[in-house]
Amino acid sequence: MAVFNLNINGKQHEVDVDPSTPMLWVLRDHLDLVGTKFGCGIAQCGACTILVNGVATRSCITFVDSVGDKEITTIEGLSENGDHALQKAWIEEDVPQCGYCQSGQIMNAAGLLNANPSPSDEEIEMAMHGNICRCGTYTRIKKAIKTAANS
Amino acid sequence: MTTVKTKLDRRSFIRSSALAGGGLLLTFSWLAPACTTDSPKQLTMPDEWYELNGFLKIGNNGAVTIMSPNPEIGQNVKTSMPMIVADELDVDWKFVMVEQAPLNTDIFTRQLAGGSQSIRQGWNGLRMAGATGRRMLREAAAHEWKVPVDEITTEAGVLYHKNSGKEAGYGEMASAAAELTVPEEVELKDIKDFTIIGTSRKNVDGQKIVTGKPLFGLDYKAEGMLIAMIEHPPAFGMKLKSFDATEAKAMPGIIDVFSIKTYNDDYQMQWSDVTAFTELVAVVGKSTWEVMNAKLMLNVEWEPIAEDNAQGVPAGFESTADHYKKMEEAAAKAGREQRRDGNPEEAFKNAAKVIERTYTAPFQAHSPMEPMNFFADVKDDFALLAGPTQTPEFMEKTVAARLGLPLEKVDVQMTRMGGGFGRRLYGHFMVEAAVISQQVKAPVKLIYSREDDMSYGIYRPAYHALYRAALDADNNLIGFHVRMGGIPESPLHANRFPAGSVDNYLAESFTVESNISTGAFRAPGSNFNAVAEQSFLDEVAEAAGKDPIQFRLDLLKRAQENPVGSNNDYDAARYAGVLEQVREKSGWDTNSEGKNRGVAAYFCHNSYVANVVDIANKDGKQVIEKVYASVDCGIVVNPDAAVNMTEGSIVDGIGHAMYSELTFSEGQPEQNNFDMYRLIRHAEAPKEIEVHFVENNIDPTGLGEPPYPPVMGALANALYKANGERYYHQPFVKNSIG
Ligand code: FES
Ligand code: FES
Repeated sequence: MAVFNLNINGKQHEVDVDPSTPMLWVLRDHLDLVGTKFGCGIAQCGACTILVNGVATRSCITFVDSVGDKEITTIEGLSENGDHALQKAWIEEDVPQCGYCQSGQIMNAAGLLNANPSPSDEEIEMAMHGNICRCGTYTRIKKAIKTAANS
Repeated sequence: MTTVKTKLDRRSFIRSSALAGGGLLLTFSWLAPACTTDSPKQLTMPDEWYELNGFLKIGNNGAVTIMSPNPEIGQNVKTSMPMIVADELDVDWKFVMVEQAPLNTDIFTRQLAGGSQSIRQGWNGLRMAGATGRRMLREAAAHEWKVPVDEITTEAGVLYHKNSGKEAGYGEMASAAAELTVPEEVELKDIKDFTIIGTSRKNVDGQKIVTGKPLFGLDYKAEGMLIAMIEHPPAFGMKLKSFDATEAKAMPGIIDVFSIKTYNDDYQMQWSDVTAFTELVAVVGKSTWEVMNAKLMLNVEWEPIAEDNAQGVPAGFESTADHYKKMEEAAAKAGREQRRDGNPEEAFKNAAKVIERTYTAPFQAHSPMEPMNFFADVKDDFALLAGPTQTPEFMEKTVAARLGLPLEKVDVQMTRMGGGFGRRLYGHFMVEAAVISQQVKAPVKLIYSREDDMSYGIYRPAYHALYRAALDADNNLIGFHVRMGGIPESPLHANRFPAGSVDNYLAESFTVESNISTGAFRAPGSNFNAVAEQSFLDEVAEAAGKDPIQFRLDLLKRAQENPVGSNNDYDAARYAGVLEQVREKSGWDTNSEGKNRGVAAYFCHNSYVANVVDIANKDGKQVIEKVYASVDCGIVVNPDAAVNMTEGSIVDGIGHAMYSELTFSEGQPEQNNFDMYRLIRHAEAPKEIEVHFVENNIDPTGLGEPPYPPVMGALANALYKANGERYYHQPFVKNSIG
């Protein structure tokens, strides 16, 4: 066990965990930030996506001891009142079905828009390829990303 | 206006006088305002709630809480079921909050997510619940204003008496209404008077989903809760022999390691109790990561199951190659006859042309994005369970039997589910969680890793179909023969189309035994039939030199005007209706030039769906440019959500036909996570989906499953146009990532 000081959603958090613990479980089990979801544990589904210094990152393979003082953003911290352009677009397009994959989709899209504020359809498809939606909401996700990019 | 008896069981209307408001009730009931995006500010907290019946409560300020009785699995019932109540109650949707109802079979019927039946079977009860509330409010107003109740009208949560000019909000009359006797009969609205049904309303949990609020079973947390995981046999045909937990127990954060039995020896299983693995090793600890690590340190010995085991499961280790061989052998012999019309043998003998094709499909793992999990807190005399289940009512019984508790001492709470597709109809994980909690005497959340989930079984069965068609010299379809089977069940629906449209018809089924456990998977049976049958009909139409839509319509016309046999379980006119609509909307007759298009239509779970798929060849690759869907599910309750469900089913259907396959080697699943088991991804989804509904006033039928199967057939037929190849075996793209 070791103590880590983490910068999450603009606040400092202290956790005492095994250094090999993935951020996914630090967030979910130790900090009660359960918006970040577990889907595969091996970087294949994107459900666990968070931003590390603004870059979309799979938290299931990001070990707590690799984070240092980098800025972590989770779905809970994407905006203060749930009104980030992507969150609004997701509601506008009524994207979710079961909803389980959607925080990962939104965080991945946030990473995409940070790097490329007006992506083409193909760029969206490429960037979102690692995020599975078992309910098949891909066409709405694409629409919502475009709506957010245009807002 | 229709008047109906409130034939809901008396018990189903819990009479209650004023429920004390404030405090407790509000803290949870206020969490899900339906109008999050429209006008959150218009909602204010009532001081008191009045319960008019088990489905609804009205606040003294006119706010309304509607209970959503069925499990929410992504099919949108948590929004669309309360919409039905709200419409008959005649309230403004802005003032409605939705709560997930508890499992309560005294009040609610069929609290189950399966078979696309929630809306269809809930329809009358939900309307009646709303209408009863409205009636009681009108009676209260009539009494207060001393006027006949028939003179009281309502609109958007306000009661009016035209002659005297009096009016009052529902909130003002709620207290008096709650004191009234439940009326014997109530009036239902005319369909033309619906104000909420048929208008698009956003997902009531939408805001919570996009802000990452705890909603799902995996997010459940309780004071002092431990985390548990299980280790199950690595192969079908194996069981636990012994284990050494010394190393695992010594790992940090580990509380205990022990084996559990899912069922008592003399237990009579019910249909939702499927599992191939009834004895497991459980690891319990303080946090998920610690438990995952300890699991790796387990030393477990497994052994083959006995030849003559009590469950009657066949012993041995099965492999995919053997599966296909066995199905092929079975299909080479006559099967069990399920339907016969005319003289099929004679028809085939006299045919000018016979077309014969074989289709197969693999086992598939449901793989909802939220892995199996459940919370259990088992005390000596009471058990609380909470989590994602499609069958709370059934599993409550199983859990009670296993714990030896009376049914009323087991409480099952439903969380939102991260998908299910049939997987969560089978709740062994609830029993496992309960047994583990009982053993460690603490609240426990059981979590499956993706690998545990995918390799546990309860798969979509593997299927095989042999189709034969006989054409006469004028290319009329004079004989049709289907022999269809699977491991371990046949998907055959002998009385579905084209039965009823061909004079000489024979349907047979066969089954092959297996120790691999299977279960219902989105549109069971239909998810294979549609692709096999609709691909086959495409080839038959081609052999007959006919347009594939017209060919089907001609057969349906025959089935409608002069049906063969009396047992046909579809409505030929509605079937033809979706084909005609998709023909028109896709411009099949006018705009097909240069397009690689395929068509298919199917009927299952009471609804009719037809698709046209357009495929473009781009840089040597096939791209799905557009999918058209025509859907007849009767009255559409929540149109945009229905479009979403149809779009999702189309993507899901294409994905499973193209990519998903679970194979076995020596009883062991060869894929156990998304690096090996392929699901459709963003770039592979159609570029555009256009959904149309047939407008009618027929009571609504389901939508969770019907739009899933037919698109696979339309896809196969469009691929043929694009590259000249027929697709007989799923997955169309062999299973490799990349
Ligand atoms: S849980 Fe991290 S990518 Fe799937
Ligand atoms: S909405 Fe269910 S997995 Fe994406």
